[in-house]
Amino acid sequence: MKTTARPARRQVLALGPYSAWAVLFILVPLLFVAYYAFTDDNFRFTLEHIQRFFTATSSAEGGEVHTYLLIFWRSLKLALISTAICLVLGYPIAYIMARAKPKVQKTFMTVIMIPMWMNFLIRTYAWMTILQDTGILNNFLAALHLGRIHIIGTEAAVVIGMVYDYFPYMILPLYSIMAKMDVKLLEAARDLGCSSFGVLRRVVWPLSLPGVISGVNMVLIPSISTFYISQKLGDGKFFLIGDAIEGQYVANNLHFAAAIAFVLMVVLLACMALLNHLAAQRTEGGGL
Amino acid sequence: MKKIVELKNITKSFDGDPVLKGINLDIYDNEFLTLLGPSGCGKTTLLRLIGGFDTPDEGDVLFLGERINDLPPHQRSVNTVFQKYALFPHLNVYENVAFPLREKKVPKEEIQERVQEMLSLVALTGFEHRNVTRLSGGQQQRVAIARALIAHPRVLLLDEPLGALDLKLRKDMQVELKKIQKQTGITFIFVTHDQEEALSMSDTVVVMSEGRIHQIGTSVDIYNEPVNAFVADFIGESNILDGVMLADYKVRFSGAKFQCLDAGFGKNEPVDVVVRPEDVDIVPLEQGQLTGVVTSVTFLGVHYEIIVDVGGFKWMIQTTDFVDVDEEIGIQLEPDAIHIMKKSEYSDLYGDYSSFSNELEELSNETLGEEEE
Repeated sequence: MKTTARPARRQVLALGPYSAWAVLFILVPLLFVAYYAFTDDNFRFTLEHIQRFFTATSSAEGGEVHTYLLIFWRSLKLALISTAICLVLGYPIAYIMARAKPKVQKTFMTVIMIPMWMNFLIRTYAWMTILQDTGILNNFLAALHLGRIHIIGTEAAVVIGMVYDYFPYMILPLYSIMAKMDVKLLEAARDLGCSSFGVLRRVVWPLSLPGVISGVNMVLIPSISTFYISQKLGDGKFFLIGDAIEGQYVANNLHFAAAIAFVLMVVLLACMALLNHLAAQRTEGGGL
Repeated sequence: MKKIVELKNITKSFDGDPVLKGINLDIYDNEFLTLLGPSGCGKTTLLRLIGGFDTPDEGDVLFLGERINDLPPHQRSVNTVFQKYALFPHLNVYENVAFPLREKKVPKEEIQERVQEMLSLVALTGFEHRNVTRLSGGQQQRVAIARALIAHPRVLLLDEPLGALDLKLRKDMQVELKKIQKQTGITFIFVTHDQEEALSMSDTVVVMSEGRIHQIGTSVDIYNEPVNAFVADFIGESNILDGVMLADYKVRFSGAKFQCLDAGFGKNEPVDVVVRPEDVDIVPLEQGQLTGVVTSVTFLGVHYEIIVDVGGFKWMIQTTDFVDVDEEIGIQLEPDAIHIMKKSEYSDLYGDYSSFSNELEELSNETLGEEEE
């Protein structure tokens, strides 16, 4: 008995600090969010705030709209667009990187990581100065006599900001799974009759799916809940779900802020569970 | 016999290192040909040139008389069984085997039929829905063979396919591969560094080292008539001695004159003499053409392997008669036990058995196997 009890105790000891940390900084805050979401100012149970998220209306764009559903939909749309762009740009880059010589791989990796060493706010401000009507981009276009474009304060500017900020989170999981992929499998596919595109479609893509899933998760989740990028690059015109949460907190409506955060969390968890489920089905080596 | 693959004056280097130095080889339809050589001799590179994964720097690869240097792998009627199988981990056994047919858009019913046929050929019927990553090494090997054969290639390339299997399984697979080759009539080009494997399976053995082909021949030719000291040493065990050809059918070595079956050398030409350990007769001391002292005896089941010091040169002899260490014995050689080779650059590289140890040999064989990628 002693011999089996001992390693178990050691394991508990080793995991102890992490468990304490997880409880204190992950579980407890989540419970607090849920608690606040379902209580009123006197901490009595209520569904009022959750209801408000789904039913609150305001007059905008010449008609009556569900304020928060509209904001949520807009956040989701911009986040999905950004994630898609990150995936389309990142996939080939990750593939090329993973097949390049080790030295080239390192250089690529550094170039992709460098922006992450700079502060998030500074990066966003930098994009403001680039995209402004009198900014670097427009001055450059004007110098080439191509005419100026108005981009700051549009959804495009917000998407550019999101893609720039979250791109590394897409590249890293894709790259790491592709670097681990056995080159022999690609050669085998060629040997067995696949063209380059066939190799990509029938071997590389299915084997890289776990990387795609985690890349999508890692870009979609922060971009759906971002608030600063939309304020700065969207000129405050595109109120996103993150802005709504921030606004309610700043206005001291803690319970409603918590309710919005709670709904967002449930939706994201459901999305992730679905993605992971699909990925598990595809990569199990299963049926036809 | 029809030539199916011809290699003409092939050279290939990687980063300035020459790997193949002028390879000429004809491969005939329906034969089981083995490329045999130590690690780094270029045999795998040669296979990759035929498969289409590399292109030669100079020279031509011909397939049924047509130059295919730049034809990509998927357009060649050649399939490969890779060293570590390279099965697709996201597909089950059935889909792995069906892979080439799906690419060719073969109708479903025909795929079904041909996959079943292949699985029964490699004795894996009933394994269709298994996950390939959970199969044993031998089973993965069979899936790889079925997958490579299902598209009916003209040539099958096998890159040390048995290297990862244990001894018993390896022997079984050797027999089975040979059977499959006979049954399908497909040309097999087999790469190995294991000379026993090469001798037991092949119609033709090609012995290579350092990017060159030394000898092409049947297993019996290669064993009995090695062209130089490298081949003699690499294939089986051999005592390689310095000798002088006195006249046709007369050779002198180890201070004695012997009758032999070789002719056509110059008078008094220095030569290498090969005597296989199993061809040496042990006789009473006074009847011996040579005499020596036994320095070690190892029992190997079927025979004893003894090391005998003959005037400072250590011979290896395999015998079924028991002799004791320190015993003085006589050695007798029949004319057909002696094989004469011209001197070559390899002559001085292979000496006697003074530093011989089975353990050492096995160790170096193992590392050879691991290095080869």
